[in-house]
Amino acid sequence: MDLLLFFFFAFLAVAAAINLVVQTHPISSALSLVGVMGSLAVLYLLLGAEFIAAVQLIVYAGAIMVLFIFVIMLLNAGAEQHRRAKLFPVVAGMPALFAFLALASYTISKMFPRGLPAVKFGEFKGGGAGEIGMAIFTKYLLPFEVTSILILVAILGAIVLAKKEID
Amino acid sequence: MPEIPVPLNEVPLAWYLVLSAVLFALGIAGFMLRKNIITVFMSIELMLNAVNLSFVAFSYKFKQVDGHIFTFFVMVVAAAEAAVGLAIILTVFKNRTTLQIDEVNSLKY
Repeated sequence: MDLLLFFFFAFLAVAAAINLVVQTHPISSALSLVGVMGSLAVLYLLLGAEFIAAVQLIVYAGAIMVLFIFVIMLLNAGAEQHRRAKLFPVVAGMPALFAFLALASYTISKMFPRGLPAVKFGEFKGGGAGEIGMAIFTKYLLPFEVTSILILVAILGAIVLAKKEID
Repeated sequence: MPEIPVPLNEVPLAWYLVLSAVLFALGIAGFMLRKNIITVFMSIELMLNAVNLSFVAFSYKFKQVDGHIFTFFVMVVAAAEAAVGLAIILTVFKNRTTLQIDEVNSLKY
């Protein structure tokens, strides 16, 4: 059952990611990204990260993607003009990309010949809101507080950048 | 993969890491190939998500909650980045009325 769920949602995520890259209209890409994030949330659940799965759905698939779609609609962004792809990214970039992928997979399987445990649903129960909150408010209290300053700066930056010029 | 004969109710952790690498590579491909500034930005979000997946996978391996906290912080940074980045896109569109990244090139000359 775990294997089935993993394969289903892994293929869903990869298919949606490929769709994100090949679609020409930004709205289609945005909806594909929502698909990737939803299937990743299920994979987080399989890994025992309940809180992260919920936050993934609320913050990523909810808030951030709404922001994206809002901007796409606001700017009335149409389909990308079709133009011939530059030669350099296709000739040099794509082989480099596959080389990177092969290197990453090789490193992963080399570093953990048999040391990696198999993932069983329900084996790791430390990912609930209680455990996360305990870690955030004790061990990671300072980074958590610094985060609030980051958010404040981001709010101010967004307001300053996007406000209308008033004469 | 090393351990091919897997029982049906468990998944090798390496598969999660390979999935994360595949998603990251697709994000790089979108970043390189697309010309729409919003789609490029969404590819960056895809890469952040891929990294989050490997954080959570390693958190499972070490049976510790720290990886989840890092994922949480990555999400916060992504939210801040999305707000500022989309504001920058709005400003660029207001000044240049284009979303094609190869038409926004005044720093080049």
